[in-house]
Amino acid sequence: MPALKLRRALPRPTRRRVVAGAAVVVLVAALVTWAALPERRSWTATDQRLTVLSGPSGTEPVALDTRFYLPKDRDGRVPAVLLAHGFGGTKDSVSGDAESLADRGYAVLTWTARGFGASGGEIHLDSPDHEVKDAQRLLDWLAARPEVRTDAAGDPRVGVVGGSYGGALALLLAGQDPRVDAIVPLITWNDLGRAFFPQSADGVTAPGVFKKSWAGLFFGSGSSSPLERDRPAVPGDPACGRFAADVCAAYLKMATTGTPDAATTALLRRSSPATVLDRIKAPTLLVQGAVDTLFPLSEADANARGIARTGTPVRVAWFTGGHDGGEGPQTDRDRTKFLTATWLDHYVKGDGGAPANSFTYSRVTGFSALDRGLVANGYSDPDYPGLGGTGRTEVTVAGPAQPVANPPNGNPGGLSSLPGVGGQLSSLLGGVAGDLPGQHAEFDSAPVTDAIDVVGAPSVRLRVASPTGSATVFVKLYDVDPNGTATLSGGLIAPVRLTGLPRDITAAQPVTVTLPGIVRRIDSGHTVRVVVATSDQAFLTPADPAVYTVAVEPAVTLPTVVGTPIANPQVVWRYVLLGVLAAIALGLAAVLLLRRRRETPPVAEFADTPLVVRGLRKAYADGFVAVEQVDFRVERGQVVGLLGPNGAGKTTTLRVLMGLTMPTSGDALVFGRPLVPGAPILSRVGALVEGPGFLPHLSGYQNLRAYWQATGRPLEDAHFDEALEIAGLGDSVHRRTKNYSHGMRQRLAIAQAMLGLPELLVLDEPTDGLDPPQIAEMRRVLRRYATDGRAVLVSSHLLAEVEQTCTHAVVVNKGRIVAAGPVDDIVGESPSVQLSVSDVTTAATVLEGLNVRSVQQDGKSGLIVDMNGTPREEVVASLVRAGVGVDRVVPRRRLEDAFLALVGDNSRGSGDR
Amino acid sequence: MSSAATGYRPSATMPIRAEIRRQASRRRTQLALGFMVLLPLIILVAFEFGGGGDDDNGGGAFSSLVDLATSGGLNFALFSIAVSASFLLVVVVALFCGDTVASEASWGSLRYLLAIPVPRARLLGVKLVVALGYSLTALLTLAGTAVLVGTLRYGWHPLGSTVAAEIPAGEGLLRLLAILGYLAVVLLGVAGLAFLLSVLTDAALGAVGGAVLLWILSSILDQITALGSVRSFLPTHFSDAWLGLLSTPMQTDDVVKGALSAVCYATLFWSLAFYRFTRKDITS
Repeated sequence: MPALKLRRALPRPTRRRVVAGAAVVVLVAALVTWAALPERRSWTATDQRLTVLSGPSGTEPVALDTRFYLPKDRDGRVPAVLLAHGFGGTKDSVSGDAESLADRGYAVLTWTARGFGASGGEIHLDSPDHEVKDAQRLLDWLAARPEVRTDAAGDPRVGVVGGSYGGALALLLAGQDPRVDAIVPLITWNDLGRAFFPQSADGVTAPGVFKKSWAGLFFGSGSSSPLERDRPAVPGDPACGRFAADVCAAYLKMATTGTPDAATTALLRRSSPATVLDRIKAPTLLVQGAVDTLFPLSEADANARGIARTGTPVRVAWFTGGHDGGEGPQTDRDRTKFLTATWLDHYVKGDGGAPANSFTYSRVTGFSALDRGLVANGYSDPDYPGLGGTGRTEVTVAGPAQPVANPPNGNPGGLSSLPGVGGQLSSLLGGVAGDLPGQHAEFDSAPVTDAIDVVGAPSVRLRVASPTGSATVFVKLYDVDPNGTATLSGGLIAPVRLTGLPRDITAAQPVTVTLPGIVRRIDSGHTVRVVVATSDQAFLTPADPAVYTVAVEPAVTLPTVVGTPIANPQVVWRYVLLGVLAAIALGLAAVLLLRRRRETPPVAEFADTPLVVRGLRKAYADGFVAVEQVDFRVERGQVVGLLGPNGAGKTTTLRVLMGLTMPTSGDALVFGRPLVPGAPILSRVGALVEGPGFLPHLSGYQNLRAYWQATGRPLEDAHFDEALEIAGLGDSVHRRTKNYSHGMRQRLAIAQAMLGLPELLVLDEPTDGLDPPQIAEMRRVLRRYATDGRAVLVSSHLLAEVEQTCTHAVVVNKGRIVAAGPVDDIVGESPSVQLSVSDVTTAATVLEGLNVRSVQQDGKSGLIVDMNGTPREEVVASLVRAGVGVDRVVPRRRLEDAFLALVGDNSRGSGDR
Repeated sequence: MSSAATGYRPSATMPIRAEIRRQASRRRTQLALGFMVLLPLIILVAFEFGGGGDDDNGGGAFSSLVDLATSGGLNFALFSIAVSASFLLVVVVALFCGDTVASEASWGSLRYLLAIPVPRARLLGVKLVVALGYSLTALLTLAGTAVLVGTLRYGWHPLGSTVAAEIPAGEGLLRLLAILGYLAVVLLGVAGLAFLLSVLTDAALGAVGGAVLLWILSSILDQITALGSVRSFLPTHFSDAWLGLLSTPMQTDDVVKGALSAVCYATLFWSLAFYRFTRKDITS
């Protein structure tokens, strides 16, 4: 029946299996649920379009797309955070930060700045009359909210946080509105004019070199929003997109000429926090990126100095990231988040002590092996040292004055960074930088003897001669490893535009060039290379070809800071690992100590009996009972046969005797000691159960040797020669066992069981596969073995086998003993005879006349006669005299009677019962 | 008074030396260790014949290992280890640990060992120690051959990496040993899994194959970033963390977490294996 088969094939559901299975299911379900369920939000968010009155007159309405987050669990009024997004973003760009701030118990207002996303209005570049005024109106709105804590009527308790465009807004708003309680501007500018027209030559006031690629990206992202479909259709100007007319005009002009005119300068000035720093009273945390070619560290430095001048608390943190480097490594993100939270908690919420004034920064130490991101170590220094570092190291570079060519229209141009491909930190640090031959001059130092921790802005002194009197060059500082691989830290370069230059280099006056601030360790053995190049793809260079001559003074100043490493929170895992290892060691020791159990004392009564089996029962986990009740004994000198049909429970009994299977109840005692798995008494038992088990790749001899080695007993105790003689394999003993015939393996297995001449030998179907002469030999061997106080237990399903080999027999059927005793008792001649006669009726009559006990018909021509001592020849003679033909006379034997009577003619094994 | 036969002591059964010899005589042991010697030679020949074929498609830190492989013996060894770590070594360790008990069961020799009697815990302990020993030998053979062959062919040079500065040869060798140590620890996870399966099944192939399959499954799941933090609990999640040991200073955070994960998994699997084996009926 298929259903039954299936039931057999599947493991039966025992109690233990059910419990284990349920535990696994529950565990997996819990893990999946935990992973799959969305986190329970601790806040609510409301989207709302707020129309605020703004503009120079304060009467122009503009609709702002806002979202207001409120912590669900709040005690009274909560402090607020105004969270501004970066250029080209929307309120959605900062949702992650907003959520985590709301989690910390702040009411958070995010909004899409005018000109972006679904908000109305045009982009005025953080103009005080527009974007900043919008934000002031949002402060009014916050102050009116019943959930928001206020300092006075109309004055909310609020911090302003934002990155880049939003960071400048925070600074400008804090400068324009005293209601702001703290600000955290990230990766933002101090002076937009300087950011777009950087000039690295000290003391030169003329605008620098136009940073065309960043400006283009900025302008591009404002004129074509990625969220095009979300915003109301803007009629208009394909050139200007959503930029306000004045901003657009300024861009078009400066991008065309490469120099800002007065109006553009004024416009950029208006959008720069530099103008309001002295009015900022809100404690300021400035976070700036060291991999940022748009707003380098010098912007934050200028902001920090400007704000600190008025006594306002300022803290500066640098991280490895920025407009080029992205959010940076995880440790940096965590640090920025932590600094922001503690800053707001103290200055806005009023929780926690005043944050330290320490300066923190990070240095890349390598790749993360797992996500291919960068890994940085954090460092701190008690005070912000500025870009000059706390110390300085001078490195001497050498090289003659060299001519360098300015390519027409800057093409081909050198490469230092890839603006707009944010987050590709690894490629940036790996060096996308490339200088073109003929367009750059190199000045190399000798290998540095000690590693230099550069933290800040290096400076060099440069001399330039130009036939036109002016020159635009880019100064770069490379770290060159001993293999010659040059790395430009952060892709940062110093653009210099000089005028009034002599034609001859000898007449050129040195100018000091301050390079962008970097964080880098120059390892010992590395060299410092100063490169002066004429072109860079990120900048607009003079269109006309020219050949300049450049020279660099030998002394290069490198600012250094020896920071204190910030403890990495991951270090805790080391202690966890150590703890786990210690726990494992303790656990192991405990298990070893507890398991060291003493051998049970022998049952004195049976201390000299090779084997006593008492009430043995074995039920398997699926409910099948292989052995119901088995009791028997094996005495010294006996060869006991365990006789029974297949499946009677013989093998299970023998498995218990080998310590492979634990009996359900009852026990087996060898010399009085119970047989349990691993009981030392097993060393006095030799066994062959369920066929031989050999390593197929070893020869018979090697197998026996390997087996004996595993016993750990002395070699001389093994009696190899006797065992090999019993195996009788001849030279074949040196062949691999996998090539053996069944009989050869069987003999080898018997030999293995006899190794060490164990006092009790247990053999399961030993003659299986042997030919008749070998069987005869085996019988002799077993009889002989059982002398000297040894005993043998042989199992068989063959009657003749037991009869001829054993001194005693135990008959099992269906898991029970049905007969036991000396073979002679059982196997001796039976009082009955089986006759085959020609005439059954006559024969029966004749036989009844004789002195027999009973006559029974057996088949058509057969009779079974209980002779009751009457000699067989007399019976035959009587029958023949009566004219009955006798075809056969077969003596019957007792064991056969017993076997058939007890076992029945049912050929099915107990396994089927 | 002990009841045992003369000369029998439970703690003397199944001597480690005997088990080492038992495994050494097997063809799969010889082949596996032989292949560990052969692999660096094959890689070397491939580099010798395959020069010039520059199809660098930017595989990050890994491709840089290829570029640097011929720059010296240490880098050659590093490359050989890197290409073997994710699969070959897993298979080899699974082979040594998964086959050891299951093959005895399938030959039928397990029951005779237990009838000696070798105490079950001792049998497992010895089997495990020897299997781990062979696994470590395989790892060291691979690395040793690679260092030797690479140094003979490409010379003794500092260990280069694109991540950080070159590491002087002496320290580079230490880094290489640290990487091998970490790999050995990570592979404990496979060893534990294979050993557990070896105890649960009588089919040696099932234990080895099962362990490798589950390991691959874990690697695949680890690729699915949508699983989020669950991935950190996958036994293979930190298997590449040894790359962090190449940077200066060494990145040990993930190494520590990986070691923790591997130790926990191995302990769990081995505990289950011992628990099960010391209680079950041997039916093979």
